[in-house]
Amino acid sequence: MQTPAPSTGTAATSGLPDGPLAQSRQSQAHHAVWELLESVTDPEIPVVNLREMGILRAVRAGPGGLEVVITPTYSGCPAMGQMEDDIAAALAAAGVAARVITQLAPSWSTDWMTAEGRDKLRAYGIAPPVRGACAASDNAKGIVFAARKGLGQADTVACPQCESDNTTEISHFGSTACKALYRCLSCMEPFDYFKPF
Amino acid sequence: MASYQDYLLHLADNALILGQRNAEWCGHGPVLEEDLALANNSLDLIGQARLLYQHVATVRKDGKSSEDLLAYFRDVPEFKNYTLLELPHSTAILPTSRGDRDYAVTVARNFLYSALMVQVWGALTASTDAQLAAIASKSLKEAQYHLRHAHDWVLRLGDGTDESRRRMQAAMDYLMPFTQEFWTPSAMESAAVKIGAGVDVTAFKTEWEAIVADTLQAATLRCPPAKGFVTTGKHGVHSEHLGFVLAEMQSLARAHPEAVW
Repeated sequence: MQTPAPSTGTAATSGLPDGPLAQSRQSQAHHAVWELLESVTDPEIPVVNLREMGILRAVRAGPGGLEVVITPTYSGCPAMGQMEDDIAAALAAAGVAARVITQLAPSWSTDWMTAEGRDKLRAYGIAPPVRGACAASDNAKGIVFAARKGLGQADTVACPQCESDNTTEISHFGSTACKALYRCLSCMEPFDYFKPF
Repeated sequence: MASYQDYLLHLADNALILGQRNAEWCGHGPVLEEDLALANNSLDLIGQARLLYQHVATVRKDGKSSEDLLAYFRDVPEFKNYTLLELPHSTAILPTSRGDRDYAVTVARNFLYSALMVQVWGALTASTDAQLAAIASKSLKEAQYHLRHAHDWVLRLGDGTDESRRRMQAAMDYLMPFTQEFWTPSAMESAAVKIGAGVDVTAFKTEWEAIVADTLQAATLRCPPAKGFVTTGKHGVHSEHLGFVLAEMQSLARAHPEAVW
């Protein structure tokens, strides 16, 4: 699996996925589309936009015109349709003609979230995913090995409220498919944890 | 004649039917967290099924196939899911899907199935069918969470109270014979393996048995033998239960074809 380098910078100048983007940055029109789509946020987590989530992958020239490429998160994520509609609406409102393309491979990873996106999640009360914790999932043998050793080892997650590491998992599955439910044993607040994926 | 499309439908039907069964817990979970967990599990499975049905519709190029047509307008003999996945959440033979549900059966089935699928999806990431490989790479991550969840509950119920242990053991005893169907040959699987797009599931049997044996031992449960009648769901010959599942799942789409909201 290819993962882009972690981002430390700000909008539209870094934190963007690799590959086609290197070329797309050269294009003023593509750059304008990236800027435009800064306003399109995750329907479930409205403080982060789709670029920061790593969902928005590329803006490129296709055979039929401009293409905006997005990668779905979970197979059954009910927000994906909404994201496509929101992108299309934002483009239409700005008078930009572009097609929204959904691309499955390489599959989305929480490691694609930008640093600013992770900070925004934390400020919103959602603990961001532990980096690289999903690395074993590329290898079936690794999962099998983990299963034998006991898969129940939950990640060590810092409380987004008080930053304590003294937290415990309440449930692997939380309010949405992408989150787990945790509780902080220091400040006693429950919180969502965005699972590594 | 079996074809590669049948193999894709087999993978899709497995995901859809188990997703539909697990969704029966929505609003009825034993505790709130498990209600959420099973709803999320179902969303993943139905999402996997959608991607696979869309792929079949694209491959067919007949201009009329669609994910809805494949999910809602096929009948029992056309479904190619394992019989294991269509059974009610109960060790008793029930006439409909409406009987008392036993969470131990739900947990046992999800465990037995996801222990297989983490391996199947893992191998399918190298499929010569690029779209199937892409679907597999997504589904693998989801199956990993499903396995972890089910694995934890097998331990918790098996090594729990006398009652939870009795029910977890009964669920494993009841379901284990149905897993024989995983390893039986079928023309569609052979067709898929032949072109490099599918995987030979029997290659995973040893690892699967090791995961099951280790987990059951850790859960202080007896590992029941997988013997007796070998079911034939993937050949389209199902138990009496699938008809009820489809009746519930398909009735709305059939009453209002092409309805949208």
